[in-house]
Parts: sequence; structure tokens; C-alpha cells
Amino acid sequence: SATILLVGAEGGPQQQLAEAMLCEKKDFNINIHLASSLPLPPERDHLRPRIDLIAFVIDIKSKYSLKSVQASLAYVDVRFFLGKVCFLVTGVGRVNNCSVEMNAIWKLGEDYCSPVIFCELELEGIRVATAQRLLRMLQICAGRVPGVSALYFSLL
Amino acid sequence: MAGGAGRGGAGADGTGVQMAGGRPAGSAIEMEGAMRTLPSSGRPSGTGRLSRGPLFGRNYGLSPGSRLLPPRCQEDADPQKTAFLLRKQWTLYSVSPLYKFSSADLKDYARMLGVFIAAEKQKGLAVDVDGELGVRVAMSGLPELRGSEQDPAAVLVQLSLRSSLSPKNSEEKLIWSGWFCCVAGDDLLENLPENFTCLPLFLVNGAESYTAIVGSWFQKTFDCCFRRLAISPLNLTWMAAMWTGCKVDKNTAAMELLFSVPHLPQPLDISYAIHPEDVKALWDTVQKTPGEITQEEVDVFMECLYSHFHRHFKIHLSATKLVKVSTGIASAHCDGIIKFLQSQYLIGVLMLLTELAISQIQ
Repeated sequence: SATILLVGAEGGPQQQLAEAMLCEKKDFNINIHLASSLPLPPERDHLRPRIDLIAFVIDIKSKYSLKSVQASLAYVDVRFFLGKVCFLVTGVGRVNNCSVEMNAIWKLGEDYCSPVIFCELELEGIRVATAQRLLRMLQICAGRVPGVSALYFSLL
Repeated sequence: MAGGAGRGGAGADGTGVQMAGGRPAGSAIEMEGAMRTLPSSGRPSGTGRLSRGPLFGRNYGLSPGSRLLPPRCQEDADPQKTAFLLRKQWTLYSVSPLYKFSSADLKDYARMLGVFIAAEKQKGLAVDVDGELGVRVAMSGLPELRGSEQDPAAVLVQLSLRSSLSPKNSEEKLIWSGWFCCVAGDDLLENLPENFTCLPLFLVNGAESYTAIVGSWFQKTFDCCFRRLAISPLNLTWMAAMWTGCKVDKNTAAMELLFSVPHLPQPLDISYAIHPEDVKALWDTVQKTPGEITQEEVDVFMECLYSHFHRHFKIHLSATKLVKVSTGIASAHCDGIIKFLQSQYLIGVLMLLTELAISQIQ
């Protein structure tokens, strides 16, 4: 089984994305953890399975979501940045609502060598497509696809 | 390695400086390329114009790394001419270039537009209150509203109602005004083919029905396209910062920011008013290069305001949507509504709005 951690400010689309992922057909078990910020509560450390992929959700309509993701990144172990972290940027459908400037997002992706995926998670079709992409990435990060390793993602 | 590298080497290039939030503490990844600047999208050109990145067809939130502060017009040459523009609410539109528009034929255009409006009224489409003699159209040029000689002169269209109550006086009540202008539209003017006039910004004050009629006449006659110009919260923060940086003589109004809180069953608006001297003092500590503003400075400025608010009210304003900015210079609403309050900075504000209009057209 594989575990994915979705981190994003409260009120974001993580919950719906998680549900979309659970609805997809797959041949392996997945665990989805949701958090609004890191670090995760230490009390449950011994119960938590190894996390294979961390996806940070940023809403460009809210500068706060970018700030909370930036603060959480400090608590991620270095080894995750070898392809096991990705950024999901939502809210890009409505140009006139953006509060975050794009350069900051690109910089984030470059600084942390992780792919930045733009997806309008409020639209169901794109949410389903993103869920499928994440599942595929999760499969690779968990080592379930022979010959393909997570290192490829840091080249995206 | 990363440190405060930004300012020294990269000069005014805002994108080279570290993020406003600071580098995260525990991250041991200091990769080689971590501080390299981004591709062209953020780099300011010599005049601080918006450089369009190759990434998106529209500017989703690509704002320039830096902009020039609006110049203060020292000459008091006829502030009367533009005085009528102040203290009115103008709705913003972006207009694609006009084909075969000549500023010498304004009288003919006014006549044709008058005929068109009369025809529309016959059809029963115009909202006509009490004018029996009909609507008179006046078109004139506003040559003082331009950034440089390269910009086409602004064009003003005014609709007045002729009332038959006092035919001797021929009093006319101004019912609708709209004006096209272009201030420092170098980007668009460079690549303009023959016969096209570029007046990308259109400001309207008056009834929506007349706006529709005048707009459709222009669209039919000059093959152009009008679109509402909305202002994103990101651009509103730029305006807040830029207008705070402007020096004003007299006592000005407080700076007021209006936020709308999303995801609530009942809509909630938060209004945050700051004393103009305090906010100017704050801005003075943030801004480094006189005459130029970078994205970093805007971010830091807004962050200071947000954290002050959070300290007192425990509300994260950065999670809300900024919808309106009011300063002593002008006030802007995200639906594309602007109000000019100072004639000295009129050109400066128009320069920014022209830039936004151009980026919406392209």
C-alpha cells in the first residue's frame, strides 16, 4: 500500500481531491492523510505509515495558502525533495481573482526542485484528472512501477 | 550562499531577491541553481514596462518585477480641463485597436453616433427619461491626457439631454460621458499595423444602456472589441503601494482597504482603514530605490499591514480577497471601477490602468 500526504490551508479543495482519488480504480491500497500545516502531531508518529508522496496545495486566490505552504516546507525532511514532493496550484481558472503572483510559484518549484502542477480543482473533470495523475505519481514514488523511480519527477 | 544576495547583484530586478517570507530554516537543500533568476517574465525593461512571459497566453498573475512610480505632474497647466474627471466613478473597459479612426473627423463621428442613438431610441431600446429633443453627442479630443507624444490623444464622448422646457437657454444636462485614452502604451504601439489607432483604455460614467449603445456603435464602425476590465487583488495591492508612495501636499484621506471573506454562508466584508501618515511612514521604510517599486516591496508592505491586523484581530487577511483600495490619490474596485481624486497623479494612475488594459487585450 502507498501513502500520500496532502498539505494545504483549511477550506481548500484537498478533501474533494482525496475523495476523487479514493473513487479511482486502482490495484493497490492507498492511505490519504490530510494536514493543514506541518509538522504533523508527534503523538501519532508511531502509528503513521511511511509517507511516499507529499502534495502541497496552493490556492492562488489566497496569499495565506502560499504562506502556510512555505512555512510547512521547512519541516519536510530533505530526502523527500528527490521527487517525492509536488505542488498543486489551484484557482487558476479565474484570472481576476488572483492574489498570488506567479513568479513566487515558479520560484517555489525551482527552489525545491519539485514539479508544479496547475489544476483547477474546483472543476470536477480536472479534479478527476489530477487525482489520476497523483495516483500514478504515488505508484511510482512507492516503488510499485519497476524501472521508474521518483527521481524522474525532480527533472520535470 | 542565498542570504541577502538579491539587491546587490541583481540591481532592480525584483525576481532575484529572496522571498518575502524568508528562506525556510531547516531546509538543507541549497541547490546550485536555487537563486537563479526566472526567465524573462519578471525582468523589468528600461522603462519598467510589463514584459509578457511565454508561459501563458494571458497574464494570470504575472506582474512585472518592478514598476516606475507615477510621476507627479508639476505643471498646473489647465487643471480645469481635467477637473471634470475627478471625483466621479468611472467604469473601466479595455478596447482593442480601432481601425481607420481619425481624430480629425470627430465632428462627423459625433453626428453619426447621434443618428445611431436616435435610431435606437425609435426601436425602443434606449432608456429615455424626459428629453424630448433627443440626445446630443459631443466628441472632443483631450490632448493633455497622454504619456508622451507617441500616444494618441485621448477622445472624449459626451451625451447630453436636450430639454425643451427652456428652449432659449438650451440647457443641456450631461447624462453620459466616456473617454478613450492611452498613456504610455509603448508595448502595443510598437507593433501596430497601418490604419489602427490604439486607445486601449475606456472609462465610462453614466447609464449602462447608453454604454451599450455607444459601445456597439464603436464596435460596428471601427471593428474593435470592448471588454470589462477587472482588477485582480494582486494589481490592487500594487495600486495601494504605489499610491501610498505618492507625495501629496494637503491632508489626504485615510487609506482604506476593503476585503471580502470567501466561503461563508453570509457575505462578510472587512474594512481596514489606516491613517495616511502612518501608512506613508511604513511605506518609506519598505521602499529602497526612489522612483521604482519592486514586487518584493509590495509584498513586504502588505505583509506588514496583514500581520498588524492579525495581531489585533486574529484574522488572516491574506486568506481573504482584496476588493477595494482607497487612498488620497484615487480609489479602485476589483470590478473595474476607478475614482480619481488628485489631478497631479491622474496621468500616473492612467499609465497603470493602460498597462492593465493592454495586458487584457493581448
